[in-house]
Amino acid sequence: MATETFVVAYENKEGDDGLLDYAIARAKKDNAALLLVHILEWSPYKFLTPQELEERHARRKEELARAKEVILDPALAKVAAAGLEGDCRIRYGSVVELVVEIATEADASMIFVGRSGTQSMTARIFGSVPLGLAQIAPVPTVIVP
Amino acid sequence: MKPIQFATRAALPALGTALAALPAQAQEAAHSVDEKINEVVGSVTGPFVNFIFAPFPGTSFPWIVLWLVVAATIFTLYFAFVQFRAFPHSIALVSGKYSDPNDAGEVSHFQALATALSGTVGLGNIAGVAVAVSIGGPGATFWMILAGLMGMASKFTECTLGVKYRNEYPDGTVSGGPMYYLKKGMAERGFAGLGSVLAIIFSIFCVLGSLGGGNMFQANQAHAQLANIIGDYPGWITGVIFAAIVFAVIIGGLKSIAQVTEKVVPFMGVLYVGTALIIIFMNFDKIGWAFGQIFDGAFTGLGVAGGLVGALIQGFKRAAFSNEAGVGSAAIAHSAVRTKEPITEGFVSLLEPFIDTVVICTMTALVIVITGVLQIDPETGQYIWNADLGRVETVGDVSGVALTSAAFGSAISWFPYVLALAVILFAFSTMISWSYYGLKAWTYMFGEGKFQELSFKILFCIFVVIGAAMNLGPVIDFSDAAIFAMALINIIGLYFLMPIVKAELNSYQSRLKSGEIKRYA
Repeated sequence: MATETFVVAYENKEGDDGLLDYAIARAKKDNAALLLVHILEWSPYKFLTPQELEERHARRKEELARAKEVILDPALAKVAAAGLEGDCRIRYGSVVELVVEIATEADASMIFVGRSGTQSMTARIFGSVPLGLAQIAPVPTVIVP
Repeated sequence: MKPIQFATRAALPALGTALAALPAQAQEAAHSVDEKINEVVGSVTGPFVNFIFAPFPGTSFPWIVLWLVVAATIFTLYFAFVQFRAFPHSIALVSGKYSDPNDAGEVSHFQALATALSGTVGLGNIAGVAVAVSIGGPGATFWMILAGLMGMASKFTECTLGVKYRNEYPDGTVSGGPMYYLKKGMAERGFAGLGSVLAIIFSIFCVLGSLGGGNMFQANQAHAQLANIIGDYPGWITGVIFAAIVFAVIIGGLKSIAQVTEKVVPFMGVLYVGTALIIIFMNFDKIGWAFGQIFDGAFTGLGVAGGLVGALIQGFKRAAFSNEAGVGSAAIAHSAVRTKEPITEGFVSLLEPFIDTVVICTMTALVIVITGVLQIDPETGQYIWNADLGRVETVGDVSGVALTSAAFGSAISWFPYVLALAVILFAFSTMISWSYYGLKAWTYMFGEGKFQELSFKILFCIFVVIGAAMNLGPVIDFSDAAIFAMALINIIGLYFLMPIVKAELNSYQSRLKSGEIKRYA
């Protein structure tokens, strides 16, 4: 039985294998369970055409199914193969806010996030997920390069 | 003041010269294509227009305008002024205070409102208002605002029903709108046969409305604004270009154009209202006078032919055409929202006529009145009526969108360019929305399927060209007639179905009071 929970902000982009491996290694040492969090960026204020309105519910179902099957299930299998307890959450909204919210709800003791690796102007102006977490995370946060 | 056409035309000499260089013969031939289209379409739509705008026996009041006003009044009274009582709650719903965070990723109330608004905020707000005040005088504004406030109750009723009786398909997509609530709702009330007939008639009018007000009028005014800026050229050229872009979006599936438009349109709306406010405050000393003109004109006409009745008819007509309350179109857009409570969509939708008519249309009217582009006889203080044109004399002798452009241009010289861009984008987003409304009605009648969809979309593109080529008169008449014909059928259904909305309203309000309906933020 795990004694604590680590949250992994899991995007499944390039380099996230390293993130997951590192989180698994740390969880093993600390006898922790891993909670994989995958957030689909979404704003309720984004403008949609009438056609997109009509199809939105169907698209959402597809997106959720895809995130579960393609992204989280393989990652959870990896966690289980390492002999750890694992669970996942998929949510829509702002990544940083939701990762913090879920970590708080789950009473997590640590958050793991991959380095965004971007040099883009947008990331410099508006910040990136690891930067955002570094600023508002309620628990120690590890940024994995 | 110098007519706006000359001031702005000089600024784009290259394009103007290029057009002027077109051989005179070719230009003439092009104009004769315009005239031919005008002649043919004008003669086809004439009888339909005459029927819809026939005056009430013994008066000069079009019966269809009375039909809308009476309906809005009945809904306002029946739901005990819901548009005012529920206004704060509507704002709370749109800002997401009652949205379950677990439902994130579904269409939000804000998104449904924004999409429906991008279909309604269009040329009605810019060109339509100019038509109203130049024919009905400033007093038309008063009646327009009143119609907007009352129309909120009509919109509330139809959008609640739109969500309640929509069709949900196994793949998760939805189809809703008056044709669905007329059929299913009326059957529930024991009038299945009548409901089915009304649904079909509504669909026919909806297709016509989508080709008229949702398409031809938009193309026509977009062309007028372009011609105003770069000099006169044949309308069908604008039509073909517009049709090609609309074709690329609705048939070619080029979503990027639609997405860019959807993003720019709200920005343009804010820019438009912001500029109007700046102009109004630049003429701070005239604000009191302008409101005086609006109130006096509402009851006396201030020399405008038709007086009170003339102002009232124009005000009500333009408000209905602009905010589409009672028409049933918005119910199609709003029905896509996933909510456990259909009535919440009704609350949200009642903000539409408020934003569209009470805010945006009033801004246009105030700018036109305040900048003095409507000519006043200095001796009598009354507006100078031009009986030949059937409207008030204007500076530069312009009407429609050109009048609004002249009013804004008289205060901020470069604004006609921004307005031209706004007009084109508004026209385009309205066309995209209405192509969808028309398509829904079309597939309701002919069934879902690739062939049915394609045939309507091609028809829609052809009408873009026709709309841009026709004169303002026949286009506006047909646009109005088609849109009002939708209201004719929709409102019959609303009368039958309003007790259902009332039951929803009472149930929701009691659960809101008891705390059963949770506030999340």
